Amino acid sequence: MRRCARWFILTGILFLAACSETGTGGFGSGSSFGTDPAGAIGDPTSPAYFQSAIGDRVVFEIDQSSLTEAGRVVLDGQADWLLENGDYSILVEGHADEQGTRAYNLALGARRANAVREYLSARGVAGSRIQTVSFGKERPIELCSRESCYSVNRRAVTLLDNLGS
Amino acid sequence: MKMMRYFGKGTLLFRLVLLIQLAFFATLGAAAPLRLEITEGVVEPLAFAAPAFIAENAGGADYASQLAELVVQDLTSSGLFRAIPSRAHISKITSFSSPVQFSDWAAINAQALIAGAVTAEAGGQITVKFRVYDVFAGQEMGQGLQFTGRADGWRRIAHKVADVVYSRITGETGYFDSRVVFVSETGRKGSRKKRLAVMDYDGENVQYLTDSSALVLAPRFSPSGDKLLYTSYESGFPRIYLMDVGSARRRVLQNSNGTMSFAPRFSPDGNSVVYSLEKGGNTDIYIMSLSSGKQRRLTNSPAIETAPSFSPDGTQVVFESDRSGDPQLYVMPARGGSAKRVSFGNGRYGTPVWSPRGDMIAFTKQSKGRFHIGVMRVDGSQERLLTASFLDEGPSWSPNGRVIMFARETQGANGASSLYSVDVSGRNLKPVRTPDGASDPAWSPLGG
Repeated sequence: MRRCARWFILTGILFLAACSETGTGGFGSGSSFGTDPAGAIGDPTSPAYFQSAIGDRVVFEIDQSSLTEAGRVVLDGQADWLLENGDYSILVEGHADEQGTRAYNLALGARRANAVREYLSARGVAGSRIQTVSFGKERPIELCSRESCYSVNRRAVTLLDNLGS
Repeated sequence: MKMMRYFGKGTLLFRLVLLIQLAFFATLGAAAPLRLEITEGVVEPLAFAAPAFIAENAGGADYASQLAELVVQDLTSSGLFRAIPSRAHISKITSFSSPVQFSDWAAINAQALIAGAVTAEAGGQITVKFRVYDVFAGQEMGQGLQFTGRADGWRRIAHKVADVVYSRITGETGYFDSRVVFVSETGRKGSRKKRLAVMDYDGENVQYLTDSSALVLAPRFSPSGDKLLYTSYESGFPRIYLMDVGSARRRVLQNSNGTMSFAPRFSPDGNSVVYSLEKGGNTDIYIMSLSSGKQRRLTNSPAIETAPSFSPDGTQVVFESDRSGDPQLYVMPARGGSAKRVSFGNGRYGTPVWSPRGDMIAFTKQSKGRFHIGVMRVDGSQERLLTASFLDEGPSWSPNGRVIMFARETQGANGASSLYSVDVSGRNLKPVRTPDGASDPAWSPLGG
């Protein structure tokens, strides 16, 4: 398991972070997060299942924010899961690779996060359950300066927050 | 710190004299015997001598050498001046008031001579006085000046002396008594810790303004140098903050849910902020009054519009937009309205910054897998690329519009970002020392 996502609620404000073997997570909050995904992968209602079996992220072509065919399949699965598991709201994080300036990449990441939001909304997920944010090129998960890394970093990641817990 | 005092006379009189002198030099250039014209062609650095300042009392001795050394360092760092080392000096300045043996300085080909003296005063103050001589004309350039300030601020006094010398010889204002705000970076790529820091232009006196608990980006000085705008993720989302530099107190400026705000810059009068606001995936440019908080949209297109920067007269804004398909530079009236594209070269253009002189726009250009810092006239003509590397980004002008500082990031998993400066001519590229990694530099106004 290379990646994980965890969530917690603190005084009504949502903090979410993704972590991986290359990043230490804790966006903005500086908090440390565990490395185990929530719940069992075998449990189809668990965040672990959402992440691993459905897929928590989609990737984009260079400088593009339109969804790929493979991306739509992942998002169809996410939408179905979210419709089944109404206790969860989501934060969609848009990211860019390091090719490009900081401000442009922030705007590009926002376009990507919004593309996911619009697709999930169109599939019936209530807009009130979806928040978006962009990290531009600030948080790559693969660190090399080649297309093999860039193609992973140009991503939108859907992070779950359980409102019922 | 007490500012300049004309010997025996008032500040105003001195300034008036200086103004008249500058105006005279500007119109009748031939009347000034020693003058270094800063041009975009090749410049032979002007040779000067700055012997250790004279210590006029025991307390002054602690500062006599280092003051002269820092003046030398400032002037030579500009690339416009070359110091003749003290071991080559055949004459000594032993008294600030005795006549200068011009022939001894001419013999070693010093075109300019800086003579200074320092006195320790009561209450931890020092007074530094100095004169600038045109060696071959055998006369003083302008009048002697003195600065009084705190002894522990001796570096700032030396920077002020260097600014006066630079100004006397080039006819332009200097930039040595200035600061740079930047993002200090530690930790590995992918999990970088970032915090705001401010330092003297030469990398000294670094102070941190935020901790690294929240990602911070792109700080910018106010025109008066006492405030900063920057972007922080402390709410979990990028938002624009206004900070008082002295107290490091801050307040959020743009806090609408479901939006992101970033890339802020002050208007030249300091009363407004121009910035990018993202709603529903679309980023446009807005302006906000700092007094009323009232916001107004300046662009309205489905494209990405970001990185706005005012012209120094406040009438226009340059920004980047990908409305043509690729990011390019556009200029629009500061009240909004139709924008004119100004960049037409091959490649992607971003982060435009209007020069403080008003004559040029500096930018980042991405072309054929390389990044460049470049400049162009404000109509887009005469584009010149000053640098090239894997990733150069985010130019910031020195207060006199002669030097550009920017961030350079090296490639690969161990890539790191650091600061560089380069002359607007493309010469004198060199690193700016910082304690850790650094990005997003922004220069203060002179004396800020």
